[in-house]
Amino acid sequence: MESILTINNLTKKFGYLTAVKDLSFTINKGNVYGILGPNGSGKSTTLGIVLNVVNKTQGDFHWFDGNISTHNALKKVGAIIERPNFYPYMTATQNLRLVCKIKGVDYSKIEEKLEVVGLLERKDSKFRTYSLGMKQRLAIASALLNDPEILILDEPTNGLDPQGIHQIREIIKQIAAKGTTILLASHLLDEVEKVCSHVVVLRKGVKLYSGRVDEMISSHGFFELKTNKQNELITLLENNTSFKNIKVEDDLITAFLNTPMESEDFNKHLFEKGIILTHLVQRKESLEEQFLQLTDNN
Amino acid sequence: MLRLLNLELQKLLLNRTSKILIFISFVLPFFVILLSSLKINVFGFFTLELGELGIFNFPIIWHLTTFFASQFKFFFAIVVVSMIGNEYSNKTIKQNLIDGLSKKEFILSKFYTIVFFSLVSTILISLISLCIGLYYSSYTEASIIFRETEFLLAYFVKLIGFFSLCLFFGMLVKRSAFALAFLFILYILEWILFGLMAWKLDTSLAEKIQNFFPLKSMYKLIDQPFQRIAMTKFPDKVDLSYDYGAHWYEIAIVIGWTALFIFLSYRLLKTRDL
Repeated sequence: MESILTINNLTKKFGYLTAVKDLSFTINKGNVYGILGPNGSGKSTTLGIVLNVVNKTQGDFHWFDGNISTHNALKKVGAIIERPNFYPYMTATQNLRLVCKIKGVDYSKIEEKLEVVGLLERKDSKFRTYSLGMKQRLAIASALLNDPEILILDEPTNGLDPQGIHQIREIIKQIAAKGTTILLASHLLDEVEKVCSHVVVLRKGVKLYSGRVDEMISSHGFFELKTNKQNELITLLENNTSFKNIKVEDDLITAFLNTPMESEDFNKHLFEKGIILTHLVQRKESLEEQFLQLTDNN
Repeated sequence: MLRLLNLELQKLLLNRTSKILIFISFVLPFFVILLSSLKINVFGFFTLELGELGIFNFPIIWHLTTFFASQFKFFFAIVVVSMIGNEYSNKTIKQNLIDGLSKKEFILSKFYTIVFFSLVSTILISLISLCIGLYYSSYTEASIIFRETEFLLAYFVKLIGFFSLCLFFGMLVKRSAFALAFLFILYILEWILFGLMAWKLDTSLAEKIQNFFPLKSMYKLIDQPFQRIAMTKFPDKVDLSYDYGAHWYEIAIVIGWTALFIFLSYRLLKTRDL
């Protein structure tokens, strides 16, 4: 698979503090990646290093095939970090023209991208008159100007109201649907869960996991069950070796699997035993549950 | 190169404050020079015409106009300092780098802008001096007109040197006001050092060393012209004579400082985490 960004043993120290420690991972074309981690886990520092604004202490990274200088590679990358940074005295169009000049992109892209983020009517308003949500959308338009190979978003919904968060997520989903590689750093797990196929989990600058979201912890998921014959069901589950533990909350029974099992077969088995379910849901742990499990175990 | 200049010009010319300051720094000196060249009737008592004094004669006019115009460099110095300060306070420097500008290109785009405005200023001052000179000067032979035009070169180098110093201070402290304060501190520091040297060593040696200091070396490029004007009035007073020329070594010193300031600005940006 074509790699877009390769990071090898990257380390960054701020004085005594090690913000990123011996980090290695690869970003491949076409996937949507999430970088997860609590605040201060080194997400932004890592992105800062690959985006040429923070100097690395050790290790190395390269963009694409490695034959291109970082600043030229960045012309093929779209990135927004934390807060939207623009010239307050320029209008949206003027700000984007400046970005076009830096990236070497034609001005004709400006209107097209403003349309995507829904700022076309406000294109001649000065940046300082924008609300935070609009500023963030302008930042996305700016990052999209060059039709980037990869879009890097660092906490894109930070500080936005629910409406703003929803708008940004919709835009991200649209972009992801077009096949653009996305790298999304966030501590909001449901945000990552909704859009990402792969994750890198960091804690205190150390990588805990990188790979597919659904393979993050070795788990076969669990059943949520309800029935009128609750006691019989519990006894049956306890005697079945396919389940490792059972949790009962009011009338809801949660049974965790230790081998794969289809809900269809399980339902049939129970029916034959004379237990009729009123509620059956099979699912995997949410990213939040997986993440907490991962960060606790290590 | 044009791309980088274009980039910076957009940043400056769309900002109202810097536009006004640029306008002032260009128009004010020429306005003053033009005004002084006019015949002024002081309340009907007498007419003041500076041109009559012979100060607008070639070649002395080159010396005079460049000296006066360079006093107005401070306005553009504010622009230079704030063009760095704004990039830091808006965090747009970070965004520029992320968008694919290299750190070297960032410094170069500022430096090219400095060179550009210095060049425009030099061209304007040479045109206006030429016009006033042709109008007032008693000598209009080409050989006399173009004598001492090295003052124009000195003016150009002086502006670039001074603005490069401002650029460096801007990069160093990231805030416009502090950078201007630093300029003032450097000025005082140079005089304190000079005082110390004059006290411990001897004055003439101290003066020689002082000519290597950044601000003094820039000032020294174009010496004050008053004494020279006095000399032309009283040619027999020998004790008035002094070395007012713009020498090649003076220019070399300022170019040396310029290179150092630009290099240091680049080093600073390169090693800094934004």
